[in-house]
Amino acid sequence: MPSVASKQYSDDVSLLVLLLDTNPLFWSNTSITFSQFLSHVLAFLNAVLGLNQLNQVVVIATGYSSCDYIYDSSLTSNHGNFESRGTGMPPLFASLLKKLEDFVTKDEELSREEGHEDRTPSCLLSGSLSMALCYIQRVFRSGHLHPQPRILCLQGSPDGPEQYVAVMNSIFSAQRLMVPIDSCYIGVQNSAFLQQASYITGGVHHTPKQLDGLFQYLTTIFATDLHSRGFVQLPKPIGVDFRASCFCHKKTIDMGYICSVCLSIFCEHHKKCSTCGSVFGQSKLDEASSVSDKKRKAPHT
Amino acid sequence: MSNQRKRLTGEREDEDDEDAEGIGEWERAYVDDRSWEELQEDESGLLRPIDNSAIYHAQYRRRLRMLSAAAAGTRIQKGLIRYLYIVIDFSRAAAEMDFRPSRIAVMAKHIEAFIREFFDQNPLSQIGLVSIKNGVAHTLTDLGGSPETHIKALMGKLEALGDSSLQNALELVNEHLSQVPSYGHREVLILYSALCTCDPGDIMETIQKCKKSKLRCSVIGLSAEMFICKHLCQETGGLYSVAVDEVHLKDLLLEHAPPPPAIAEFAIANLIKMGFPQRAAEGSMAICSCHKEVKIGAGYMCPRCKARVCDLPTECTICGLTLVSSPHLARSYHHLFPIAPFDEVPAFSSLNDSRRTLGKSCFGCQQSLIGTGNKPGPCVTCRKCKHYFCLDCDIYIHESLHNCPGCESIHRPKSVSLMEE
Repeated sequence: MPSVASKQYSDDVSLLVLLLDTNPLFWSNTSITFSQFLSHVLAFLNAVLGLNQLNQVVVIATGYSSCDYIYDSSLTSNHGNFESRGTGMPPLFASLLKKLEDFVTKDEELSREEGHEDRTPSCLLSGSLSMALCYIQRVFRSGHLHPQPRILCLQGSPDGPEQYVAVMNSIFSAQRLMVPIDSCYIGVQNSAFLQQASYITGGVHHTPKQLDGLFQYLTTIFATDLHSRGFVQLPKPIGVDFRASCFCHKKTIDMGYICSVCLSIFCEHHKKCSTCGSVFGQSKLDEASSVSDKKRKAPHT
Repeated sequence: MSNQRKRLTGEREDEDDEDAEGIGEWERAYVDDRSWEELQEDESGLLRPIDNSAIYHAQYRRRLRMLSAAAAGTRIQKGLIRYLYIVIDFSRAAAEMDFRPSRIAVMAKHIEAFIREFFDQNPLSQIGLVSIKNGVAHTLTDLGGSPETHIKALMGKLEALGDSSLQNALELVNEHLSQVPSYGHREVLILYSALCTCDPGDIMETIQKCKKSKLRCSVIGLSAEMFICKHLCQETGGLYSVAVDEVHLKDLLLEHAPPPPAIAEFAIANLIKMGFPQRAAEGSMAICSCHKEVKIGAGYMCPRCKARVCDLPTECTICGLTLVSSPHLARSYHHLFPIAPFDEVPAFSSLNDSRRTLGKSCFGCQQSLIGTGNKPGPCVTCRKCKHYFCLDCDIYIHESLHNCPGCESIHRPKSVSLMEE
């Protein structure tokens, strides 16, 4: 393989970071089995690598209790690996399958250690997004000639509301780095996180209707590199819901009240903020005596 | 012989020419390029280029340590809703050329970058611009939330004349900011190039007035340290710094972009009514209230009066309701839930087991942490999740990402909500 640095980078070289959902709680009841899904995905990865000799693919698995790197096509240890497993899979991915198997067993062990508490069905999207962004940042540091990175999120698990702030932080960081986050949601309900992520960063969001044809959706929508997207008609974002949900009842609201100190959202007027404890309701007219008012009110709260 | 003499006289004439101009052709090449400053001597006296990455990282860690020492583990309140006036000194001193190409050009360029960074980090805040020319302070733009209006107004009027008056600027800003709601934090950032101020009255009185109206004044000086600026900043609780060159000026300016620690009595906590508009349906036609034109499709509808607006965040022109979307609020959440700084791992520590298994590559970017000669290179570790990260990931995580990948990759049970952390 000729050294990459000697070649001129044309504008359609891409680095695809794939975030694969391996959450066992989701895969235990779906219409398509995990191995069928994996065959679609591996064929898609082969197609992406075949589009351009310099394309790179990195796969990060998003598990239930952990996230880890599964495959990196730029590592030389992955090339020339002709150990075929006899399952009809391309030999290039033998190491990917082995690492995925190890990851899933380890993930299962970790989740068993936690015990059988209230199991939320969400996967650790914020963890794998953060790892993907760190990897992309490293690619940017490597010099002027580098492929154009993008992130593709293949997910079926629903959103975990406890990850909201972390996912939003990753989305804003991706927006700053100009890295689009594409998302392909194969679950049942809608994922607001993925819709917002794709909208804010300028990526593509799609929910395939028939999972038997997943490979077709992946190659026609998500395999296009960033330069060529200007010439291709991709699914447009429809009605991304940017409304907030109030902190007290978790329902989406049109109009609400914001605490000026900690920016918590409430649907009705309160006397005191439940997040930061600041006391409200002192109008501008009371400004002259506001300091003494605060001191008087403090023992009551 | 005659040829030699001609050559000699010829050369002498050349030298005379050079001397007459004051600076030779060869010297001109070195006015801007000081490449000898990029070399350092190592322990044995041999020359080597400066290792920028190590210096950069050391600087960054020193800054982080100062910030975390100030925070001291407790959650400090930050002023998230800010009303900031930028006062630019366009007096005679701003036309000096010690910053290339001139102080005005450098100031304008860096202020533009600052305005964009400010709205990125504080989406609910507003900026106004004031200029000092000929001893009089003029309002360039009123308080507003759109970066383009401010940048356009700034670039339109770049000329330096007359004296500078600090008192007039402070009086004008005080007047403007007295009309601002009480829950907002009032701030002024003054970019001062002159070495004196010509005031109509007693500036100490103005400073006391600013202090009473809870206005936080910070000054960035471009020439030298002045007592009056230092006094102003000390009285009002602001920051005073003097820039030594263009890069330093940019760093000092950008330091004011993240929200400063709030003094609790300065802003009264209040519940602000805000609307979260939905996106208008594709193909719907309406007259937008900001441009007064017919627009099709993309836009937002105010939930209270159903008027159409083009962009968020904004104030509805019809009913006055502040309209934002949830990502705008989410942009400020990382100020409220900051991540703890990582601990440094000494480069040549003994190879204990955890370092050997986990410390082979950076958890974030998979870069190898083994330095030259198979010895462990410098790295950092997170206190909570105990994963190892390389130095560049450390900087990226703390400055831009605000999430520790290791902590995010651990499953937390449902009962622990974000607010309880």
